[in-house]
Amino acid sequence: MNQPNGRKHSGNVKGFPPDVRKSQEDGEPGWASGLRKLYNSVVDEPLPDSFQDLLKKLDDSDDA
Amino acid sequence: MPERIKPSAADEAFRKELLSVLPHLRAFARGLSGRADFADDLVQEAAIKAWTARERYEPGTNMRAWTFAILRNHYLSELRRNKRQTDIDDGVAERMLVMDADQEGPLHLDDMETALQGLAPERREAVLLVGASGFSYEEAADIAGCPIGTMKSRVARARADLAKTLNQEPDALKAGAR
Repeated sequence: MNQPNGRKHSGNVKGFPPDVRKSQEDGEPGWASGLRKLYNSVVDEPLPDSFQDLLKKLDDSDDA
Repeated sequence: MPERIKPSAADEAFRKELLSVLPHLRAFARGLSGRADFADDLVQEAAIKAWTARERYEPGTNMRAWTFAILRNHYLSELRRNKRQTDIDDGVAERMLVMDADQEGPLHLDDMETALQGLAPERREAVLLVGASGFSYEEAADIAGCPIGTMKSRVARARADLAKTLNQEPDALKAGAR
């Protein structure tokens, strides 16, 4: 599909607003929200199946 | 008196709080280590440590900060134990976060991630704690076990590094990300 692949070929990707990364004078630079977005994208993930054991351990540990 | 058979209300409250911070621990661990699988192992191990040490947690204090410190210390000791520096390139390729095509803004998360992993470890930790997790400088300094002034300067340097890296061309970004 034509999903952006993360490489910025010639700097100007169609449909994107002007590069906010350079606009550091007006408050928050673009990367700052990028960092939070990156972080929040993980926070918002459901816990993977590998956590089932942990959850079970926590459940069982009362009488352990 | 077999008091401990019955799960105490305190344990129950602790468990709930611990479960609620797991997603945050995952995000922090992923940011620190740059590897999804390693990060999830760290989180689970840290959660067990936290549970085991629950007597030492003061209810009503900051569970997120408390568990972040446990996770961080565990991460550092794992690094020392394994003498394994995270392999940045593999890590980035593996855990690339796929963003929707309609994501806003020109800053791609994979570039962000590459830049993050290119930071010096203590700066990465600092900017994750303050810039991403939203801890105060004071809380972050507590978690990292450093003076607040040190935390402030790490964050400032991380920010400057990120701004610089992300203003470079993509090719330079790759080369400069270390």
